[in-house]
Amino acid sequence: MLEVERLSVRYGAVQALHEVSLSIEEGAIVTLIGSNGAGKSTTLRAISGLLRPAGGTIRYCGERIDRLPAHAIVGRGLSQVPEGRMVFANLSVRENLQMGAYLQRDRALVQRELERVFSLFPRLQEREQQVAGTLSGGEQQMLAIGRALMSRPKFLMMDEPSLGIAPLLVATIFEKIVEINRSHGITVLLVEQNANLALDISSHGYVLETGRVILHDRSAALRADERVRSAYLGA
Amino acid sequence: MTEFLQQLVNGLALGAVYALIALGYTMVYGVLRFINFAHSEVFMAGAFAGYFLARLIPTGSVVGGLLVLAGAMLICALLGVLIEKLAYRPLRGRSTLTALITAIGVSLLLQNLGQRIFGPNPRSFPVLFPLHYFHLGGVVLSSAQLILFAVTAVLLLGLRHVVMKTRIGTAMRALSFNPVAASLVGINNDRVISFTFALGSALAAAGGILYASSYPSIDPLMGTLPGLKAFVAAVLGGIGNIPGAALGGVVLGLVETLVVALGGSTYRDAVAFAVLILILLFRPNGLLGRLQTEKV
Ligand SMILES: Nc1ncnc2c1ncn2[C@@H]1O[C@H](COP(=O)(O)OP(=O)(O)OP(=O)(O)O)[C@@H](O)[C@H]1O
Ligand SMILES: [Mg+2]
Repeated sequence: MLEVERLSVRYGAVQALHEVSLSIEEGAIVTLIGSNGAGKSTTLRAISGLLRPAGGTIRYCGERIDRLPAHAIVGRGLSQVPEGRMVFANLSVRENLQMGAYLQRDRALVQRELERVFSLFPRLQEREQQVAGTLSGGEQQMLAIGRALMSRPKFLMMDEPSLGIAPLLVATIFEKIVEINRSHGITVLLVEQNANLALDISSHGYVLETGRVILHDRSAALRADERVRSAYLGA
Repeated sequence: MTEFLQQLVNGLALGAVYALIALGYTMVYGVLRFINFAHSEVFMAGAFAGYFLARLIPTGSVVGGLLVLAGAMLICALLGVLIEKLAYRPLRGRSTLTALITAIGVSLLLQNLGQRIFGPNPRSFPVLFPLHYFHLGGVVLSSAQLILFAVTAVLLLGLRHVVMKTRIGTAMRALSFNPVAASLVGINNDRVISFTFALGSALAAAGGILYASSYPSIDPLMGTLPGLKAFVAAVLGGIGNIPGAALGGVVLGLVETLVVALGGSTYRDAVAFAVLILILLFRPNGLLGRLQTEKV
């Protein structure tokens, strides 16, 4: 479904990604793990069209998307829950979700999607009229995921959804990710520092180190890998 | 007392014009984080558009006057969009200082272009609306003032509706909070920015027509002072804050008029700058608070 080939990205003089290649099959949950500054967010930003690659290609369903502007990529069915959530703090919960469906002109479809998000996160429905900036961190994460779902993506990227959230809620969020994948049929690319959980729910994983893919395998195999165990699983 | 009420009416009328211009500064600041100093020239262009449209459209009736107003708003909306496309868009992503200097350059360019095309001499602005005077107690209200109040009220309510209730207005607010998140939900930021310029410029054009209807002499440099004062009004209300800009305009118009009425007419133009210095000293976020940005 998504083929990233030899992707290089630079920030000015700094090269953040060196020929990163990823291949993600439809229906899968794939995780991208790596320590701080490895280039995980940069990879997602490039796929979403927020950064122009310095080299390499990104193909989605066989078509190149690496020259498209970010808003057009959303229109193709790729959506992202960005690092740090980035909810519109000055808008209400409902308005945030409506903005998620910005490209959808059919109101009935928007309403249906809204109900689906509310059944996934009933908490959001309780807070529908509340200004998003006053939500707790966990609620904001639910809102960020809900907002990304509102565009009815076929491919969803999530950048550290567990960051800064109480452990109990992290478990809930991960259950929701599995649910989104299973019952909504959405392919997921999950970036996590919490490698344990991420490898639990994914079928395949990639390990990124200083802008390079150093390992990729089935998640079960990565769990058993000595390097992964010592560097990312605290074993 | 009557004299005070009279000045209050005059001050409100002036304040309404400042408010209409100030909204454009504040909305553009909201989406691009810089002060579009060419905005005062859009106000001037609005007055000139009205001047020339009044030759094509029979005026002197309310409908005719409103048609001229609508035409000038449309012309300036296009002008605003054009300015953004040609001058600011190519510099997107550069520093705010670059954008500011460009804005000052565009402002000077338009002033000089105006002098070149229209000549530097003042022209008297045609009477767009039927002229009547209404006496309420001792207070005199002109039909021009009544129309000014009515038009401003309708435009402010309309703007409020657009910004708070429509899809594009919500996108404007989303973009001003976080442009990256906006493009991640599929908002075409460039389009929303164009729309913002169109909206702000149309309001400035309305301000230009209403101003010229009350002070009926127009020239290519007429935008400078009202433009600067409206900028002060936007800062007074809290830059980036839309209701703040409207409030700041009204407050500034009232203060200026009252100072003049108290015998300080030599200080008319200094009032705004005194206000600016006072806010920057004591309330740098303005009356209603600055635009909220994301805490990182
Ligand atoms: N806007 C930027 N300008 C310059 N360098 C940047 C920028 N953003 C990221 N970098 C650099 O690129 C590299 C990769 O950063 P990136 O944010 O992709 O890492 P990450 O894997 O997501 O890390 P984290 O786990 O901390 O979120 C880092 O060395 C970082 O310093
Ligand atoms: Mg990151």
